Amino acid sequence: MSSLAQRVGEQGEPAPVLPRLLDGAPGAPVSLAAHLERHGPLPEIARDHGQETLLRELEASGLTGRGGAGFPAATKLRAVARGHAPVVVANGTEGEPASAKDKTLIACNPHLVVDGAVAAAYAVGSREAILAVGRADRRSQARLEHALGERAHLHEPVELRVVAAPDRFVSGEESALVHWLNGGPAKPTTRPPRSFERGVRGRPTLVQNVETLANIALIARRGAAWFRTAGTAAEPGTALVTVRGAVRAPGVAEVELGPPLRDVLHRFGGLTSLPRALLVGGYFGTWIDAREALELPLTEAALGAHGAALGARTIVVLPQDRCGLVETARVARYLAAESAGQCGSCLFGLAAIAAAVQSIATGAADAPHAHERLHRLAAQVAGRGACAHPTGATRFVESALRVFADEAARHLRGRCCTESRRPLLPAPTGGPREWR
Amino acid sequence: MANVLRVDPIACDGYGQCAELLPELIDLDEWGYPIVSGTSLRPELEPAARRAVTMCPRLALTVVDVR
Repeated sequence: MSSLAQRVGEQGEPAPVLPRLLDGAPGAPVSLAAHLERHGPLPEIARDHGQETLLRELEASGLTGRGGAGFPAATKLRAVARGHAPVVVANGTEGEPASAKDKTLIACNPHLVVDGAVAAAYAVGSREAILAVGRADRRSQARLEHALGERAHLHEPVELRVVAAPDRFVSGEESALVHWLNGGPAKPTTRPPRSFERGVRGRPTLVQNVETLANIALIARRGAAWFRTAGTAAEPGTALVTVRGAVRAPGVAEVELGPPLRDVLHRFGGLTSLPRALLVGGYFGTWIDAREALELPLTEAALGAHGAALGARTIVVLPQDRCGLVETARVARYLAAESAGQCGSCLFGLAAIAAAVQSIATGAADAPHAHERLHRLAAQVAGRGACAHPTGATRFVESALRVFADEAARHLRGRCCTESRRPLLPAPTGGPREWR
Repeated sequence: MANVLRVDPIACDGYGQCAELLPELIDLDEWGYPIVSGTSLRPELEPAARRAVTMCPRLALTVVDVR
């Protein structure tokens, strides 16, 4: 168990007690009894205008989505609450291979996630919540099933079930998940209609990341003012962050937004060596030179000024002995293979981009032309898909070319900085390829 | 109120007729898929735009009203 000792902040104000969300341990999840002992029961929001009270509290809390897009949670809930007989989908699919924060949350604290789904269902007037996780993620399935079993005697007025979605990079995208729940392939669909208008079985559907829901479960009990005691005024709350690479204790931790990345990495045991660069935001994210990145506050505002975003809340610390171009080329190939193949510019464009990055990374004969070709391709691919996949993949590749420009020049002369050939960024190949 | 052209990238199969009918606003990428200008449709281009919309074999092109 992590320490719950109250820290004292710089202004003499009591600092928020962390962890809020990441109670328990992956090997020893919080039981229902322990969960209720710490947090008490979920208030019965459905009665006495509680629904409106919770929506107002969520608005005041400033909670934003923790799944990547960062959309204000209350706005999404309000849109769904306007419709008839809505459905709630708790999205724990976490298709990003480098990210483990949603799986860790479910493993440690499944009841907080289920509570969040129930609270969100209350808030939008839904009687049905679907808990979606990845098909290969047996642990999350088991933990949630077990949690539902433990809660059976609570007789909650929300029907809950666990589903196991196809393990593809884009299948957790909101419209893709809804498409699959409706019996189709887990591929994004054309919008409009958006899920909040017409989703599962044609009903208004709230698709919300599991970390967002866990926060809703706490705001329903403790209110907006409590929520805002962590984080910054503009970006309140905590964040579950996955860190990989050159830190002593890679993994998932709950941190406050605001401090510089250097301090955030202390939560992961600190740096093992001076890194070359940091990948911020996962595979739709941005490479930033390490000297710059380490001083950047971990907030959307500060990252945005560098063309980056929190995105999947995954940070990869690239050690000096690994090559950013080799890593990027492998991930670019993976992202191209993970295209749903529905939009021409994504299907053909990402394959062409991956091939050009590969040329640059290997210092192939056509590498001098590959740079120019990449910029031309990027302009043709970004912003044109039905979903964010081509845009995100392009941003990732373009940032690598900026940050690793020196390496690219060395590769042309037949040299590479790589000492270790062991891949750092996971890019699974040969796994299940199904879309249904 | 402004009318703009939109392409449904999932429905589009890259027939490319739209770019022939409306080269002022539609370009093709190197795989033959349309890159549609997001600027508002000038009145003199409306007839050609409507024709491009009607002629699309995949019905992937639309004129939408953005306010």
